[in-house]
Amino acid sequence: MTTKPTEKRSRFEPEPMPRRDFLGLAALASMAAAFFVSMFGMLKLPKAAVSASPSKKYSVALPDALPEGEAFVPPGRSVAVFRDGEGVFAISTVCTHLGCIVKPNANGFECPCHGSGFSKDGAVTKGPAPKPLPWLKVSKGGSGFVIDEEATVKTGTKV
Amino acid sequence: MDEANRSALNEFWVNLKSVPSQIYRAMFRGGAPVSDRTRSSFVFGNVFLHLHSVRTHLWSLRWTATMGLGIITTAAFLITLVTGVLLMFYYKPYPDVAYQSIKDIHFIVPTGRFMRNIHRWAANVMVVAVLLHMARAFYTASYRKPREFNWFIGWGLLVTTLALSFTGYLLPWDQLAYWAITIGANIAQSPREITDAMGITEFFDIGGLQREVLLGSDKVGEESLIRFYLLHVMILPLVLAMLMAVHFWRIRKDGGLAKPVDVDDRVKADAEEHYPVFTEEPQKTYQLAAVVKGRTPAVGSGPENTVPSMPHLFYAELGVLMFTTLICIVLAFVSDAPLKELANPLVPENPAKAPWYFLGLQEIVAFSAFMGGIGIPMLCWIGLGLIPFLDKETEGTGEWFGGPGGAKLVGWSMIYGFATSIAVEAVAIRFGWLREWFPDIPQLVITLVNPGTVITVLYAGFSIWALRRFNSTRAGALALFTCFLCGFIVLTVIGTYFRGPNWEFFWSPADWNAH
Ligand code: HEM
Ligand code: FES
Repeated sequence: MTTKPTEKRSRFEPEPMPRRDFLGLAALASMAAAFFVSMFGMLKLPKAAVSASPSKKYSVALPDALPEGEAFVPPGRSVAVFRDGEGVFAISTVCTHLGCIVKPNANGFECPCHGSGFSKDGAVTKGPAPKPLPWLKVSKGGSGFVIDEEATVKTGTKV
Repeated sequence: MDEANRSALNEFWVNLKSVPSQIYRAMFRGGAPVSDRTRSSFVFGNVFLHLHSVRTHLWSLRWTATMGLGIITTAAFLITLVTGVLLMFYYKPYPDVAYQSIKDIHFIVPTGRFMRNIHRWAANVMVVAVLLHMARAFYTASYRKPREFNWFIGWGLLVTTLALSFTGYLLPWDQLAYWAITIGANIAQSPREITDAMGITEFFDIGGLQREVLLGSDKVGEESLIRFYLLHVMILPLVLAMLMAVHFWRIRKDGGLAKPVDVDDRVKADAEEHYPVFTEEPQKTYQLAAVVKGRTPAVGSGPENTVPSMPHLFYAELGVLMFTTLICIVLAFVSDAPLKELANPLVPENPAKAPWYFLGLQEIVAFSAFMGGIGIPMLCWIGLGLIPFLDKETEGTGEWFGGPGGAKLVGWSMIYGFATSIAVEAVAIRFGWLREWFPDIPQLVITLVNPGTVITVLYAGFSIWALRRFNSTRAGALALFTCFLCGFIVLTVIGTYFRGPNWEFFWSPADWNAH
């Protein structure tokens, strides 16, 4: 932008910066581009491509004498496995509220953190949990059963 | 040549002898702060001190003006900085090893337990002080033009302070830490409560993403610990220090602390008692009109009712720093920082409690994860940030409970704020909530209608009433802020003292075991 020579300007408000200063704009644009490209790269970094957790699929050997209605918890896992007349099924014991581990009790499960209650098939009976406990996929395999924590099945599916 | 040699040697010898006094003069260039000129150069010649203005208004020096709360916060931060660096000598951010190293610090390292206690207590003092400081800035209506931006910076400081405390909570890797962070991370995931209800989680899982980036994995583990450690010892302290520098600088640039318009009539009498008001007639005036907004500097006379920051302000600040240090040390002697058993990802701590300042949230989280953990906190936080832009009245600036309604309105708001939150909580505790009454109720209804949202709506209603009754946005703000403060206190107290195993209500922690 050029100023008319007639226009009188104060010493404290000199002529506006020449906006068409090509080099200046180019520098600015390259900085902006570099900033956004590098931000994109940097923001991708914190999200790992592969999660560093142990395998979610494992086999369990159910004790032969597991009474009906009693939970078997594979060592180190947050899953309760049951056997009844119709077959074997596994229910996740990770509370659907905020991730505490629920405890099997006489009526089903209870969560120690905010008092959610679940029935024997995982339905919410009490408290803040927004969803029922998921049933996990169980298949026959190897010496016993294979549980896949990543695959959920419809409530009531037994093998 | 011989002579020249000797004199250079002589000169060297003289220089060598005067090294101590020369170093002293190099460090204290301006000379002892005894005149207006040297007192001023004492301040603006020093990069840290010059964040302050050279002279301070008498109004701002009265202890009721700030109660020293900003300085207490700063002091507590400095204390955590020093003790934190010391703890880093021994702390190892790896699961299980971390727990052992804290144990070593606590039981073996000389003065280790003491440092850990001071660190923990100073962090708590900092959280309390920052909350009270914010309340002070609000109740004295100090957020108004031209201080809106500094309120904004303070708003960032508040979150950064809370985030610092929260990330530090995981580091001991004990049961308390592990389960508090598990719950916290799942709160970050709780937008799923909404996306699930809308059936769009598959395509748009913002909650899951937040949790994954925070934890670096799908559960709290080594990745999470290193992330929290990085945030706690590096990123957040840097952010906090930068924000603090801006915060202090803005105070200076905004013309010192907020003051009533007629302040000079009110403090005049005191000026005589302060030494020295002016020791020298100002000799120069500056043409600053192009640089400084607002009134031009007085010519030929000094600014009235101000005293040199050195010594008046600095000695007061030093006093507050020492007082804060004393408090932290005494608390560190009286009470040890907790350390429970090693974290066990299979068995939750019961009750699993977050740090105390989040227990108010945990209390409403116990009804709806999303509303309690994200919805309502976000609402409060955004509302806080917008205060200076929503209340632009000028009455009462710089005065406690200034503005229409004043202290009386604050009193009534307190009664209302306490009464409603206690009443709603009492109903929820005694009779349960919607799910207990209508077992098949959809989750979305509970997400929208729960004690947290009911209290929020009741508060908003009261605030609107106050706004209309006094026909003033400031009155509305006073009512709302006070109510939320009371709600925060009630929920925090219930979460801390009256919730036991399974988050059930107990009149006293002594009854927990009877369960
Ligand atoms: C780490 C956190 C913080 C530190 C270290 C800090 C420090 C300070 C200090 C030293 C002052 C000078 C007056 C005084 O001592 O009270 C001050 C003033 C101020 N602070 Fe903060 N502050 C923090 C957080 C906040 C927060 C959370 C807010 C509000 C959202 C806030 C808003 C203000 C405002 C508006 C002023 C100017 C007050 C006036 O002009 O009277 N600050 N702060
Ligand atoms: S985590 Fe189970 S009730 Fe909150």
